[in-house]
Amino acid sequence: MTSVSTTTPGADWEYAPAPESRQIVTIQREYGLFIGGESVPPASGEHFTTLNPASEEPLASVAQAGEADVGRAVASAREAFETSWGRLPGRERAKYLYRIARAVQERAREFAVLESLDNGKPIKESRDVDVPLAAAHFFYHAGWADKLGYAGFGPDPRPVGVAGQVIPWNFPLLMAAWKLAPALATGNTCVLKPAETTPLTALLLAEVIAEAGLPPGTVNVITGDGRTGAGLVGHPGIDKVAFTGSTEVGKQIQQTVAGTGKRLTLELGGKAANVIFDDAPIDQAVEGVVNGIFFNQGHVCCAGSRLLLQESVADAVLDRLKRRLATLRLGDPLDKNTDIGAINSRQQLDKIEGLVAAGEAEGAQRWSPPCQLPARGYWFPPTVFSGVSQSHKIAREEIFGPVLSVLTFRTPEEAVAKANNTPYGLSAGIWTEKGSRILWMAGRLRAGVVWANTYNRFDPASPFGGYQESGFGREGGRAGLAAYLDA
Amino acid sequence: MNADAVTGAAGVVAAGVTAGAATPGAAGSGMVGSDAALRQILHGLPGVDQVGAQERAASLATRSIKREAKLWALETAVRMVDLTTLEGADTPGKVRGLCAKARHPDPDDPSVPPVAAVCVYPDLVALARAELAGSEVAVASVATAFPSGRASLAVKLADVADAVDAGADEVDMVIDRGAFLAGRYAQVYEEVRAVREACGAAHLKVILETAELATLDNTARASWLAMLAGADFIKTSTGKVTPAATPPVALVMLSAVRDFADATGRRVGVKVAGGIRTAKDAIRYLVLVREIAGPEWLTPELFRIGASSLLNDLLMQRSKQLTGVYAGPDYFTLD
Amino acid sequence: MPDRPAAGRAGQAAKTAKAGKTQASGKTRARGDRPADRAAVRANARGDGPGGASARVDVRKTYKLFIGGAFPRSESGRSYPAAGPDGAVLAHVAMASRKDARDAVVAARKAVAGWAGATAYNRGQVLYRVAELLQGRAAQFTAESVANEGVPRAEAERAVTEAIDRWVWYAGWPDKVAQVTGSANAVAGPYFNFSVPEPTGVVAVLAPAAPGLLGLVSVLAPVIATGNTAVVVASETVPLPAVTLAEVLATSDVPPGVVNILTGRTAELAPVLAAHMDVNAIDLTGAAAADRAGLARLAAGNVKRVHAADDDWAAPPGPERMLAFLEIKTVWHPIGI
Repeated sequence: MTSVSTTTPGADWEYAPAPESRQIVTIQREYGLFIGGESVPPASGEHFTTLNPASEEPLASVAQAGEADVGRAVASAREAFETSWGRLPGRERAKYLYRIARAVQERAREFAVLESLDNGKPIKESRDVDVPLAAAHFFYHAGWADKLGYAGFGPDPRPVGVAGQVIPWNFPLLMAAWKLAPALATGNTCVLKPAETTPLTALLLAEVIAEAGLPPGTVNVITGDGRTGAGLVGHPGIDKVAFTGSTEVGKQIQQTVAGTGKRLTLELGGKAANVIFDDAPIDQAVEGVVNGIFFNQGHVCCAGSRLLLQESVADAVLDRLKRRLATLRLGDPLDKNTDIGAINSRQQLDKIEGLVAAGEAEGAQRWSPPCQLPARGYWFPPTVFSGVSQSHKIAREEIFGPVLSVLTFRTPEEAVAKANNTPYGLSAGIWTEKGSRILWMAGRLRAGVVWANTYNRFDPASPFGGYQESGFGREGGRAGLAAYLDA
Repeated sequence: MNADAVTGAAGVVAAGVTAGAATPGAAGSGMVGSDAALRQILHGLPGVDQVGAQERAASLATRSIKREAKLWALETAVRMVDLTTLEGADTPGKVRGLCAKARHPDPDDPSVPPVAAVCVYPDLVALARAELAGSEVAVASVATAFPSGRASLAVKLADVADAVDAGADEVDMVIDRGAFLAGRYAQVYEEVRAVREACGAAHLKVILETAELATLDNTARASWLAMLAGADFIKTSTGKVTPAATPPVALVMLSAVRDFADATGRRVGVKVAGGIRTAKDAIRYLVLVREIAGPEWLTPELFRIGASSLLNDLLMQRSKQLTGVYAGPDYFTLD
Repeated sequence: MPDRPAAGRAGQAAKTAKAGKTQASGKTRARGDRPADRAAVRANARGDGPGGASARVDVRKTYKLFIGGAFPRSESGRSYPAAGPDGAVLAHVAMASRKDARDAVVAARKAVAGWAGATAYNRGQVLYRVAELLQGRAAQFTAESVANEGVPRAEAERAVTEAIDRWVWYAGWPDKVAQVTGSANAVAGPYFNFSVPEPTGVVAVLAPAAPGLLGLVSVLAPVIATGNTAVVVASETVPLPAVTLAEVLATSDVPPGVVNILTGRTAELAPVLAAHMDVNAIDLTGAAAADRAGLARLAAGNVKRVHAADDDWAAPPGPERMLAFLEIKTVWHPIGI
């Protein structure tokens, strides 16, 4: 037997590549639209390509749903609402949703690999966060289907009707679950429009839904670009619009829907403050910062993109943060040891680069750990800007990338003022060992989700949504049912 | 903790201890100032959020170590093992077998390196020393009324003297957990300092028995207390109490040694002991070492694993890596 | 039903081969020495049993207790016949003693920390898995119901289906109970004040006689969904579904000790559990109306929570059976910098 003789010190211990196999998932060359329980070609015959952002390799050809297709999907959902799904008792709807939850669990690895290929996020995240949470959302909402009388909306709350749902590219499968599960549990039917760059897991979910036996038309999935979304949102045949995406598009949708009588919920952008006090559990706070802005490459609406450090500990925390960032591994999303994956698209990468250039121009100090970026694909290294002020563009605008802006504060009141000094209001983080201060801060932060001594924790039982320009309406929990009930 | 704070702390502590030493047995007046000073320092350390620490440890446990990285890890782990027998029933025969295994873990493959050390009770040190003569394997001895630590300082120091006189290269002492939990930090400090002095050239590992300390905050505090008092290594457990070593505890101790090195320039080692039975566990600890303390700690000089049955699992996994075939226990020697 | 003689006979049977195999099949008695015996063995080997030429001999199930995830016989060695409405003996079921009840409470107590400490999501998943297995055994439950309760097949099927759906209903509750029964309370001061429901601990449950599985599910599921553990006294006259349910639980992910099922004489077991100082609550539903007051008085010995209700089992339940075994804990914390 031979062995690798080693007298070299620990610095040489490189983790060998540990790729998750792609074999588990079968990607079709071409996908149709999922309407009325089956896959149908788009009326115009138009298709577009979805890429793997880590390699720019084309993955599949996906249908572009046009006006006629949107109309068909809405009609199908309407029929299912009036004649099949809409007539089912809650206990039967529940059992369908449990089937979906179980199937997602059974095919978990398939979903995770497909998500990483289409989105660019590390397999570690899609496997350990996205897919389990998606299954949990179906599981949790399945249990509400036959208990709506206890949800606090009256003894027999009724569904709204047909929901048009437009979701973003950052958590494709999870966002589909966040939209479909509560809508279906409460008795509505759905037309779902996945993001242009990430349609594949929604299409696999459509397959699962068909196999679960839901009546045709209960869920329809229409892929396409912004035109499809606009067509859906503007269609007179839907009763409710649910949108997650940028604030800019959210405002357009709000304008479109105004005066139509349609119900509307919006989950938009954010510029969350992550506040670290001098008595914070420092190592865990640093982890919370990393998790807050570098999880999912920073493509998170509730990302802790503004780090507010109490001035007395600012240098010490920043040093620790930089040392911690040096252990982040950027690379192939399918490698199990990758921490930072690819940026989802060329457009998003351009936007990040533009804002980072602005940050440098404004005088903030930019720092990134040494990072080998792969030759092909869309990549951006984890980046920290220190010496940032409220007036800097990078402190005000949502970058939606792995870029952290660091500001300081002196007192709790100042921390609150700076944290709230934004038109956004989605989330915030507080790090301190003092319970009363957590509650005091939480009471004053204008944010729909406050994380104390943790960050980016999600649960189907926990309502999520923002204040002000981060949107309105909540998803998850008892509160999240309201959007889909005629109460 | 920054460098100034630590130097200042060490100074305050030293002053308090000197004052106490002048009036021996004055656990009241002389030492009170010192207990209070140490409490300020130790309780002033940043807190450890238990959930956050557990999540970080769990996240690092998902690192996938394959192929050449795994082989390196397995062989490094072998070199970091303190092969241990600490039973009332230990006999010369048992210790002889242990030492033979320590020198040649796999008689069929001489390229397998020897382990770092053998760990025994003080009365078996001389025998171990003789059995290991000519090898690179060190002799470590437990001491200070291991495992409970319930004896007078005089008895504990006599225990250390026995081990050192018999030729121990390393001494694994236990702290007085009762004193720690009662807030008598100066006493704990003084015992570590005195044992460190009695060790002479031998290296001192200080066992915290983290299961009895119960919280991660206490683990952090006890780590700093031991390091300030001169520990060369801090060690998780005696292995006689469950749970012994756990990843979150190791994470906290590895953070502590890294911070201590930043503040003082002195690198203290970490030893995890008890309950580590599989190669998979061992590799997870190596990942923690690399990503929390840093690659500088990935050497037997600064990281050890106290274990007995782990060694054969390391050899079995190594065999699988080299031959591609799953091994069986019959092909590896018990001792 | 004959009392001591049956117990004696049953006890005897329990000591030899499996209970229930005392029928004259010839197998247990053949010794192979005498020609008559050899003939009997050959006849049996051909399948010429009492059912006629070549009729296959069934392997009969043994009905034992379910304690701590295992299936022990009663420590008393006793069993009693479970019969159909026509009196034909279906099986000999273990007859639990006070010591078995004691052991069941110990097992239930041991399981509380793990089960109450599991996440609500986890409990929901575990309960849903039980429903999957119940569905798989629907035919068996239906057959037992027909034989033991004497109800027509169609009605038995409906009741079993309803039982499965009711179990699924409860599987969806664990992660919602706190949202429905808990609250943040607006107190007049700088305090954050919230109330959460918590399981009370070990609950003794006397299961109703009819309908067999549906009644059992209706009293058991609400108790364990919220994190309590249970010691169930099965219906004395309809014990078969309880034992089959125990088999379902044993092959699911329900941790050992969360549910313990005792078959036997309700009048013998109920007072032991009602007076037991380490039982936190008792559901008297399965006790005869005349016995309830006495049992309730015994329960006062350690201030047990007592519940007794004769629900319309066919109707959809409300949350009452969960609330009956929940404690509300209220916490205060100051708000300040």
